[in-house]
Amino acid sequence: MRRTLTAGLIVVYCLAPFYWMVVSSLRRTVDIFSTTPWPSPPSLENYAAVFGGHSDFGRALLNSLIVSGVTTVLTLAVGVCCAYALARLTFRGKNLVLALIIGTSMFPGALLIVPLLKLFTELGWINTYHAMIVPSMSFALPLAVWTLTAFFRQMPHELEQAATIDGCTRWGAFRRVILPLAAPGVFTTAILAFFATWNEFMIALTMISKADMQTATIRVAQFGGASDFDTPFGTQMAAGVVVTIPLVILVLVFQKRIVAGLTSGALK
Amino acid sequence: MTRPLMLTGALTLALAATAACGGGGGGDQTAAGDGRGPITFTDTQSHEEASRKVIDAWNAAHPDEKVTLDIQPKDADSQRQRLINNAQTKSDAMDVIMLDAVWTAEFAANRWVDELPADTVKADDLLAPTLETAEYRGKLYAMPWLTGTGLLYYRKDLVDKAPTTWAEMKDTCDKVLPKQKGMSCYAGLLDKYEGLTVSFAEAVQSAGGTVLDDSGTPTLETDVAKAGLNFLVDGLKSGLIPKEGITFKEDEVKNALQTGKVLFARSWASLYGTANAPDSPVTGKVDVAPIPGLDGPGSGTLGGANLAISAFSKHKATARDFLAFFTAGEQMKTWATINSTPVARTGLYDDQDLIAKYPYLPSLKEGVLKAKARPVAVKYGDVTSAIQNAVYPALTGEVTPDQALSGLQQQLSGLLKQ
Amino acid sequence: MRRGSRWFAALMISPTLLVLVLVVLYPLLAAARESMYVRGEGLDADGFVVEGERFVGVANYAGLVGERFVNAFANTTVFTLATVAVETVLGVAMALVMHGVLRGRGLVRASILIPWAVPTAISGLMWRWVFQADGVANAIIGQKILWTTEGVQAKLAVIIADTWKTAPFIGLLVLAGLQIIPDMVYEAAKVDGASAWQTFWRITLPLVKPALVVAVLFRILQALAMFDLPFVMIGRGKFSVETLSALIWDEATQLRYGPAAAYGIVLIAYVSVIVFVFVRLLGADLLADARSRKERA
Repeated sequence: MRRTLTAGLIVVYCLAPFYWMVVSSLRRTVDIFSTTPWPSPPSLENYAAVFGGHSDFGRALLNSLIVSGVTTVLTLAVGVCCAYALARLTFRGKNLVLALIIGTSMFPGALLIVPLLKLFTELGWINTYHAMIVPSMSFALPLAVWTLTAFFRQMPHELEQAATIDGCTRWGAFRRVILPLAAPGVFTTAILAFFATWNEFMIALTMISKADMQTATIRVAQFGGASDFDTPFGTQMAAGVVVTIPLVILVLVFQKRIVAGLTSGALK
Repeated sequence: MTRPLMLTGALTLALAATAACGGGGGGDQTAAGDGRGPITFTDTQSHEEASRKVIDAWNAAHPDEKVTLDIQPKDADSQRQRLINNAQTKSDAMDVIMLDAVWTAEFAANRWVDELPADTVKADDLLAPTLETAEYRGKLYAMPWLTGTGLLYYRKDLVDKAPTTWAEMKDTCDKVLPKQKGMSCYAGLLDKYEGLTVSFAEAVQSAGGTVLDDSGTPTLETDVAKAGLNFLVDGLKSGLIPKEGITFKEDEVKNALQTGKVLFARSWASLYGTANAPDSPVTGKVDVAPIPGLDGPGSGTLGGANLAISAFSKHKATARDFLAFFTAGEQMKTWATINSTPVARTGLYDDQDLIAKYPYLPSLKEGVLKAKARPVAVKYGDVTSAIQNAVYPALTGEVTPDQALSGLQQQLSGLLKQ
Repeated sequence: MRRGSRWFAALMISPTLLVLVLVVLYPLLAAARESMYVRGEGLDADGFVVEGERFVGVANYAGLVGERFVNAFANTTVFTLATVAVETVLGVAMALVMHGVLRGRGLVRASILIPWAVPTAISGLMWRWVFQADGVANAIIGQKILWTTEGVQAKLAVIIADTWKTAPFIGLLVLAGLQIIPDMVYEAAKVDGASAWQTFWRITLPLVKPALVVAVLFRILQALAMFDLPFVMIGRGKFSVETLSALIWDEATQLRYGPAAAYGIVLIAYVSVIVFVFVRLLGADLLADARSRKERA
């Protein structure tokens, strides 16, 4: 009983701030500063403001989807091969390579971004999707390699041997035997990489100056009001909810897989 | 075998690094990009409705040189950041851009915006102070567009006559507040951000001082500067300004006025429409006056924004034509009819249609003509940080006003020497 | 066979390395170079910024003794220590509670994942809204604390917001660790008359330690690079919450790329030292599995 109560407290702790964001998003502009636990009367005015007018929030969501989606696919395509080699092949310097790859995730984005901005300027990449996708791989790829390596290690060692005996080449063994079996792990990693990219802020802020290329996280922070100096708190909250909802749905549908993915790197 | 390979690799990388770091924009920007074609106009969301109306008129007449509205983030820091990123990457994504009045020097000195032909403006139809904010070293880099300065908002249902001095304001509060539960006297822009620089300069000027004298030397170790800063420091200490006043930006000031938490509030002209909107709790109860000072009416800080042409635009001929069209008297009136942000053209302050809509225009004109611009500096970001870093601790009581002012005097002297 | 295997491994790994060279190694080298140059200093006779760059050696690193850098360094350290410590304790406590819950575990797990799913930039906006002077935080505690002004309370607000987002994450990792401990172990402890505390300290903790240490290490890395939360929540330029990443960002926006890069290089050195010490002290063996497998083979 006491445990259930404590567990209830944990649920409240985790959900209360988010709940407050949802409640605030459902208030009318005039009572946005109200602190009643329930919006009275509830109103969809803020959501209308998010998608209304020329703000084109739908386009920003689409941009987020494209950037996160492509980053995820590319990261996995590259990362799966690397993780497979690190987990299941024997070669010298393997630990060093893994340590280096994980080590790259410790470099602060604030440092890497200025040189990349200059490089992309020379390449003419500014205001393109790839200017967001390629740098996003700097954090998505180490994450993917780390998680996937753990997944591959969990698979029985005899798989490739059996496949080779059946006349498969190494590539064939990887593609026809290992990869299908690793599909659940790959899928989980995909969710994690997608999350990480969807939440990205600094790269999109720096590389993009064209409004119709902005991603949703950027757009939320930039909602303006009807007059100068007018912060539409309600609209910001509503937009925040809209950006978070896809992730919440993913969490609810795939929670078991996500937990498995988060913990696989840490547990053996 | 591996040795030479590694060497080559390292060399390639090093070369790539230098190549990417070199570059640097060429000074020659005359011939390039002087073309015609579609352009973008970078503006903020609060102007959207009005700007779009004017743009639509332009687009109808210029089907091959259409203007697309590009909406900036809301806060000034992010706007500047986005404009600088655009300039650093030499992107042609922006053509006509809105520049805050204090950014002109930085953008001109870095050659991020083009010099405009002197005949772009006819000085006599513009409020003189606005023209100064568009110039750098005597040359025109932007077209004056929007202006504004601090206004004192007050509850006309509780106060008969707006105070003209700080002492009068305090007396009025002493009389009115005992009957108004939970109401404080005054709120201004005192959070640590650009608004604090505005408020500090305003307080010093309203006490009869200046932040910089005419030669650009800081003049802060003076009695008048101290009297100005003390208006804010003592105000917070005595409760004249509510304690949470140091978290206030424009939004919080608006909220404090609308929810009856303050009798007087300092903000910009745009608050008038919001405070008197039909759904506002204080609609019809709020009026404006010029800001008060130490011995008489105060002197505000000049706000506003100008329009400039990005040095990296590819269609500058179109951009120049659009700039002239957009800021012409007729279009400015159309714009001002929809948006309450005050514009730079003198004539519109005497326009009867507009005065009917915005009754504060006469007192605003008076305020703007008396207002002073913030310090002009290529590294304005450092100047405003120095002011905020010196004034904010004085407001919280960490340092005395004397310490704050002498520290700031030293800092600004160093920064402005360059 | 051996030789072929090596080539195959190289082939499989090289795309990853190629990407990381482009997006991590290249900018790192460029930043290291940048940290020894200044540009855009001074104005020419016409008032234009002088173009080009000038080699200044280690002069950009002089800012390291400046008040602002020291403050940012201290803030980063305090935030890291405080958030990671609180998150770990809270996370372990959450995991223990969840482990004991029989009904509704799915609900608890789902709600614990919500803070993790909210993008940091959004959570910054959300917490700013909660912590503003008229906000719900003050309404609940019945005080008028000015969370967003300079001072200890601003630090506290950041720590609360950061902990909210990440403690559940640690909780999940530890929970997964708890779930693989066989019940037999606990029953044996019970038979031996061990108290709940002894069971936790002697049995549970050592068993979940590998999971916990890796989780904490990743959190330390993130906390040392903290940027958007204080930035969005409290505001830029507030020294009480200015982190090293925020300082780097701010210097870069003032176009002082040299000092910005110098601070960045120092931050990387700091991160490396912390990671090294942490791994040495607690033995976070990230590569344990690879090694043991090799030994077995």
